[in-house]
Amino acid sequence: MSLLHFSIIAPLILAIFIPFLYKKVKAIHTGWLIVWLPALLFIYFLQFLPQIQNQGAVEKTVAWIPSLGIDFTAYVDGLGLLFALLITGIGTLVVLYSVFYLDKTKENLGHFYVYLLMFMAAMLGVVLSDNLIVLYVFWELTSFSSFLLIGFWNHKERSRYGAQKSMLLTVFGGLSMLGGFLILSLLTESFSIREIISQAGSISTEPLFIVALILVLLGAFTKSAQFPFHIWLPDAMEAPTPVSAYLHSATMVKAGIYLVARMSPVFAEQGLWLWLVGGIGLLTLFWGSINAVKQTDLKAILAFSTISQLGLIMSLLGVGAAALHYDYLLENFYMGATVAAVFHLINHATFKGSLFMVAGIVDHETGTRDIRKLGGLIQLMPITATIAFIGTFSMAGLPPFNGFLSKEMFFTSMVNVLHLDIFNLETWGVLFPVIAWIASVFTFIYSMMLFFKTFTGKLQSEKLEKKPHEAPIGMLVPPIILGALVIVFGFFPNILSQSVLEPVASSILPSLVDAGHEMDIHIKFWHGFNPELFMTLGVILFGIILYKTMEKWIPIYGKIPSFLAFNYVYDAGLKQSEKGANRLTNFYMNGSIRHYMVYIFISFIGFLTYAIVRNQAFLVDTSNLAPIGLYEVVLSLIVVAASITILVAKSRLTSIIALGAVGYTVALFFLLFRAPDLVLTQLVIETVSVALFLLAFYHLPKLNRKEERMGFKVTNAIVALGVGVIVTLIALSAHSQKLFDSISKYYVENTADKAGGGNMVNVILVDFRGFDTMFEIAVLGIAALGVYGMIKLRLSRRRNE
Amino acid sequence: MLEIILKIGLVGCSLSSAILLIRVIKGPSVSDRVVALDAMGINLAAITALASMIYHTTAFLDAILLFGILSFIGTVAFSKFLEKGEIIENERRR
Repeated sequence: MSLLHFSIIAPLILAIFIPFLYKKVKAIHTGWLIVWLPALLFIYFLQFLPQIQNQGAVEKTVAWIPSLGIDFTAYVDGLGLLFALLITGIGTLVVLYSVFYLDKTKENLGHFYVYLLMFMAAMLGVVLSDNLIVLYVFWELTSFSSFLLIGFWNHKERSRYGAQKSMLLTVFGGLSMLGGFLILSLLTESFSIREIISQAGSISTEPLFIVALILVLLGAFTKSAQFPFHIWLPDAMEAPTPVSAYLHSATMVKAGIYLVARMSPVFAEQGLWLWLVGGIGLLTLFWGSINAVKQTDLKAILAFSTISQLGLIMSLLGVGAAALHYDYLLENFYMGATVAAVFHLINHATFKGSLFMVAGIVDHETGTRDIRKLGGLIQLMPITATIAFIGTFSMAGLPPFNGFLSKEMFFTSMVNVLHLDIFNLETWGVLFPVIAWIASVFTFIYSMMLFFKTFTGKLQSEKLEKKPHEAPIGMLVPPIILGALVIVFGFFPNILSQSVLEPVASSILPSLVDAGHEMDIHIKFWHGFNPELFMTLGVILFGIILYKTMEKWIPIYGKIPSFLAFNYVYDAGLKQSEKGANRLTNFYMNGSIRHYMVYIFISFIGFLTYAIVRNQAFLVDTSNLAPIGLYEVVLSLIVVAASITILVAKSRLTSIIALGAVGYTVALFFLLFRAPDLVLTQLVIETVSVALFLLAFYHLPKLNRKEERMGFKVTNAIVALGVGVIVTLIALSAHSQKLFDSISKYYVENTADKAGGGNMVNVILVDFRGFDTMFEIAVLGIAALGVYGMIKLRLSRRRNE
Repeated sequence: MLEIILKIGLVGCSLSSAILLIRVIKGPSVSDRVVALDAMGINLAAITALASMIYHTTAFLDAILLFGILSFIGTVAFSKFLEKGEIIENERRR
């Protein structure tokens, strides 16, 4: 257990102590007792930076289940480290923010911080695991802890709905991902990601490889809220705002991005990967941005904006995969896409985190998040407004903030798609820059909406629940830090390029590490009149025009029929599957024993017939049959006649007597086949059971004692005939195919010698195989006790009296 | 010679059993059926006796006695059932 492992599970260990701390230390806010841990971890992970830059990855292994090849391998490379820094850094800020956001007396802080720390450890485990199974374990832990956090205010119906929805969708994806992982481990016989990467070339021709690709992508897409699985994210906004800021902007939703980036070296050679990751990412970008514009809730806008920005990063990763096909080029454009993806990932975490916190402050200080009720807050909340200004303008991609740089790089990559001539991109590739540009226009519109509708215009104090005022400074510090980072990264992007971006890009595209010197060129290269600059100018121009004329076109959204929305599909699907399952179960589980008997017998006939036909097992061999005597024929006729009487008798009494006749005739058969002990037993038992039948018959209620013939049903007749025929056929063929002789010779020889008995049947029963007899005695004892108990213990009737 | 006579006897008993069975099945009243069943039981005892003579064995003598006892008990039980509606009376009737 190294310090690295300890740092991953440290939040879990602290989480164990939280309930005690929460109960014992009442005086201070529980958050203060926690905030040091992510800060400490952040510093700890920072010191990996130079190490990663110079020497490459750090790896530490602890055996977990070595016999199955499952070890807790912590592996820190550029990609893992970037995420670890995001998780711990933003985690610190979010905990700090939550100290001021959540009330000490009104909220159950003990639960909140346990869930949050669980989540933090789970995320660290996801990004720093090299073992697929360990990764999956942590992945599901993020799903569970996020379920708990979304449903934190579990007295609200919407919270429970949102938590359930996110749980269903992310666990669905998680299970698909597990399937993909297992296929990968089957193909490579290893759970280690690096081992799989090293074998990626040789397994890519396997037919299951594509299945693994799709399953892993399903996991990534559901977690990262990609189209059409994006629907859980807006409903997850019922969570407390620190949770939304942490989980749904900076960390959990990027777990899918992480997975795609991590798995790129395995799958990226496939054209399908480029199309799916790039195409779905772009579709998500487009869909999220056009849906964000119609929202009126601040957090809903931010949720759709997160969806769209995640799509942007995803599409860049998809296009970045094209770099692998051009490794011979001196100047590799497509590598730039990967760098852009990573850069935007960092930028998005900074500005989206700050915007969520701003939304939380506005909610906290005014009592509403509805932009129709808000306005004119800039006078009252100048600091919040400044942070919001920085965040929204960065999100819209305007200079001089960091969003501008990554958006320029995004446009560059999308324009470069036009030069691709692989996987049919020469025909459809033109869609990439066009969709990207339209989505950017909408991004610009909702960003402007977010800022101007909230902070400018007229103050509508009559609609607000509280009198708005500036937030306490503690609540403002975290967004200020994030806003400051937005500006720092905007003006000095190169502090990131050497230290973070380069190691990350080389871990996403490890086969191109040799061309590593190209990467730092891209990030510095942000001056000059290129098509991207004109695209940005176009975005601003069209964005302003559309924003000004918003009242005219926003009603179009109302005309889109509701069943086209994926929420409708999800809700209806859930309802229909519940209804359908109910209907199906009620259809065949109808409570009638006759039906169940029919199912049992039909499957009996079906399976046995199939087995006989399949193995061609039916065979009749008459060579070892005994001759048929007259007595056997007569007795058989009697049995047949009596049996038919049982079926067709009008009175039940006749049936009982006929059944007795059958029993006595069977005794005669025993006589005929020389089994005196059986004759004796059969006679006594038959008499007793006929007497019991008579007893049961006598106690029939008068009302139902109809003396009528059993009704005829075709199904029953067919089933009965089928069972009879199949059993007969099996008996015939079993008799014809005896594989070896009977062992009865041994008993014949040894009954007198070894057991000292004259009656062979009895010697077998109590001597050779007395064990069976003992338990048959037990069965009779249980039956007797059961009968006694049923007669004597009539609890329900006594209670009724 | 004895063998043939025994077989003839056996066939005769069997036929009479079969005819009794017709009475058991058709028998207009339950009493007819019970009496037929009783006769059948004794008939079966006879068959058993004949059969054990044919097989040259004494193993079935117990069965013959049992046939006699059971058909007696069965007939008495049936008769009581028909008469009183139950077989074992509960003496301490409340």
